[in-house]
Amino acid sequence: MNSIKPYVMVTGALFVLLVITVSAAYVNLGALNTPVAMLISLSKASLIVLFFMHVRHSNPLIHIFVLVGFFWLGIMLTLSLSDFLTRHP
Amino acid sequence: MSAESPVAHQFEDATQQREAATLGMWVFLATEVLFFGAMFLGYTVYRLKYPEVFRLASEHTIIVIGTINTGILLLSSFTMVLAVRAAEYKRRLALITFLCITALFGIAFLVLKGFEYTQEIHEGLFPGSHFQFTEADPYTARMFFYLYFLMTGVHALHVTIGVIMLGIFALRAMLTLKLERLSTAVDLLGLYWHFVDIVWVFLFPLIYLVDRHS
Repeated sequence: MNSIKPYVMVTGALFVLLVITVSAAYVNLGALNTPVAMLISLSKASLIVLFFMHVRHSNPLIHIFVLVGFFWLGIMLTLSLSDFLTRHP
Repeated sequence: MSAESPVAHQFEDATQQREAATLGMWVFLATEVLFFGAMFLGYTVYRLKYPEVFRLASEHTIIVIGTINTGILLLSSFTMVLAVRAAEYKRRLALITFLCITALFGIAFLVLKGFEYTQEIHEGLFPGSHFQFTEADPYTARMFFYLYFLMTGVHALHVTIGVIMLGIFALRAMLTLKLERLSTAVDLLGLYWHFVDIVWVFLFPLIYLVDRHS
């Protein structure tokens, strides 16, 4: 029977990141506040996907499907924002 | 998977059957990523256009409830992982216990969210005919609350579906004689539950933590 220790450690790390993200919101980082918050969210999501959703031990086909899902999201965000961010009023 | 596990005739063995089920769940989750992604895109476009109004509007959300709810969902993901593990090792009592604890965390999340919604609706922040906002242009502030109620509402709907499924699975775990039939299904429910947790991980800073320092 495998140990639950990795799950406990990941949960601990997620709570540390939660404390960091709330504290960071009260510090004035100028334009960096939102990018920092998103970076922390991305780290939390990666921990959940890799450890809790067992993608770390999944076969390559699952890896491709997971990456493709987020790749499509990337296309949607990049193409749409390249329009909105470069519009002249 | 044990040898007595039922394998449908289109699969070679139980491992292949389990992999096909997991793959199918990930395809569904990819559509969910794009479904929520469109709302996140809408949020990003309006936030970039009206950063100051979004900051003022965000201050009206209750950060204590948001933070506690994030903690609750993270803990519920931990208990969900333990439920998946219990199903894998065919430990019935542990499986039922962890499914119920996860469902209770989900209910706690929904109760706190409901409490927050009540406060906000009472303050006149629901973007309906009684909407009122004095600190900034109300038509723009309305957009934040429109996105807020839509995104958290759709997320809460996902949590509700998850809680119902957890309840059904806890019942199945009590009644079924062959626990190994449940193992793959619990695994897939786990993937769904963790996905809902991930959506909240991104919603939390975008809704509650918009430049709180100023």
